[in-house]
Amino acid sequence: MMRHLISAADLTRDDAVLILDTAEEMARVADRPIKKLPALRGRTVVNLFFEDSTRTRISFEAAEKRLSADVINFAAKGSSVSKGESLKDTAQTLEAMGVDAVVIRHGASGAPYRLATSGWIDASVINAGDGTHQHPTQALLDAFTMRRRLVGRDAGLGQDLAGKNVTIVGDILHSRVARSNVDLLHTLGAEVTLVAPPTLVPVGVEHWPCEVSYDLDRVLPKSDAVMMLRVQRERMNAAFFPTEREYSRRYGLDGDRMAKMPEHAIVMHPGPMVRGMEITAEVADSDRCTVVEQVANGVSIRMAVLYLLLGGNEPAVTHTRTEEK
Amino acid sequence: MDSQDSGVARPVLEGPDIARVLTRIAHEIVERAKGAEDVVLLGIPTRGVFLGQRLAAKLEEITGRKIPVGSLDITMYRDDLRMHPPRALARTDIPGDGIDGRLVVLVDDVLFSGRTIRAALDALNDIGRPRAVQLAVLVDRGHRELPIRADYVGKNLPTSLRETVKVQLAEEDGRDAVLLGAKPTAPAGER
Repeated sequence: MMRHLISAADLTRDDAVLILDTAEEMARVADRPIKKLPALRGRTVVNLFFEDSTRTRISFEAAEKRLSADVINFAAKGSSVSKGESLKDTAQTLEAMGVDAVVIRHGASGAPYRLATSGWIDASVINAGDGTHQHPTQALLDAFTMRRRLVGRDAGLGQDLAGKNVTIVGDILHSRVARSNVDLLHTLGAEVTLVAPPTLVPVGVEHWPCEVSYDLDRVLPKSDAVMMLRVQRERMNAAFFPTEREYSRRYGLDGDRMAKMPEHAIVMHPGPMVRGMEITAEVADSDRCTVVEQVANGVSIRMAVLYLLLGGNEPAVTHTRTEEK
Repeated sequence: MDSQDSGVARPVLEGPDIARVLTRIAHEIVERAKGAEDVVLLGIPTRGVFLGQRLAAKLEEITGRKIPVGSLDITMYRDDLRMHPPRALARTDIPGDGIDGRLVVLVDDVLFSGRTIRAALDALNDIGRPRAVQLAVLVDRGHRELPIRADYVGKNLPTSLRETVKVQLAEEDGRDAVLLGAKPTAPAGER
C-alpha cells in the first residue's frame, strides 16, 4: 500500500485482513490491567481536526496513547486556522515540530490527499474523515464488528466477509461512511445494498460496486448486517424529503422492521444516533445493535492502523506481507 | 525447511529425543519449584507455545494437577522493532488467574542472543508481577548478547555463528526435529 491511509479503496484484501487480524490482538490489550503497549514510543502523532468530532478524536487519542505515542491535539477552532492560516502553513508548522503522523479530519473532500501528496510534510497521513469523501478507519471498524459478530472472534482470523449481505440505509449522498464502507466491504467480498430516498443517492452510484434499492422492507429479510446512517442535517441545503416523519416511516428502523431481519443479523450505526429519526429507541437498545461495540472496536482498529503504518521502519501494509518465524 | 539449506541441515534431536528432553525438563521444574504448585507456563510464539503446551501436559501427568499454560507475544517489545517493517502480531493469552505472585516459566525453542527473552521480561512487566520468572528452552546454542541464561535446557548445542538451528514441531511443521544447518550467504538474523 503506502505510508498513508487516505481511502478505504486503496486497501487490498490482504491489507484489510491484516489490519483486522492485528486489531483482534490489540483488542485483547483492553482486558489487561495495564492497557499500554510500547510500539510507538518516541513517535509523535498530531490529531488535526478541522471539523467537530468527539468520538473519532477521542478514539484516535486513546489508540495513540495505548501505543505509547506522544499525542498533540490540534482543533481548528481557536487556533491559528481561525486567524486565516492555510492548510499548507499549518502542515509545515507541524513538520517543523517533527511529527511522525498526522491524523486529519477536514470538511473539504480531498484535504488529506492533498496533505499526503503535496510534499509539504514527510509524516504519514491518516484520514479521519474528509467532507463527503472517505472515512477509512470507520469502514475498517465496521468490517471488524461484522467479522466478529457474523464469523466469530477466533474463527474470523485470516477471513474476509465473503458472501455476507450488508445493507446501508439513509443519507448516502452526504455520507463518507457509506462510501468507505462500500469500497472496503466490496474488497472483503461482501454484497452491499444501499437503501435511501432517490434524492439522497449520489449521482454516479451506478459505478459503485453495490446495488441500490428504494424499498427497505424488501431488502431486510436477506441482510446479515443493516447499517443505519444519520441524516446529516448540517450538510442539508435543499429539501431532500418532505418531512422527517415521512423519512422516518419509510427509512427508519423500528422494532417491527427489525423483526423482518434474519435471526443472526445485526444493526449497526456509526453514531451519533438520532433516536426517533433513523432508529427507534427499541432498536438502539436491543442486543442486536452494535453501536457501543463499534466504539470499542474503533480503538482497536485505530491501534492496528497506527501500528502497521508507524510501528516499524516502513509500513507493513503492503502486498508482500513479511512472514518471519 | 527451506530448500536452500535442506541439503546440509542435519538433525541433532529427533522426535523421541525431544519427548525425553521435555519429560526431563518437566521433572526438573517439579523438583526446583517443589511441586510446581504455583507454576504458570508461558510459551513464546510460535514454537514456544507448542512446547509450553507439551510441558504442561507432562507436568499434569507428574503432579496430577492442571497447570495453567498460555502464550506471550513479544513482537512489540523487540529492540529491533524499528529496523524492520511492522511484524504481524501473535497471540498473548494469559491464563485466567493471571501471573501475580506466581512462578512464571517462559518457554521458547532456541536460546540465542537472549534478546527475545529480554523482550519477554519487558512484556511480562506490563501484565503483572510474578513471584519469580524462570526460563526453559529446548536448545541453547550460545552466543549470548545479554546477561541472560536458561534455568532448564533441553540440549546445549555449541554452534558457530555460521550455523543455523531450526526447531520443527509437529503442530507447526508436521514433524519433531532440531536441525543444525549452514547459514546461506547472507546472515538471516536471530532464529
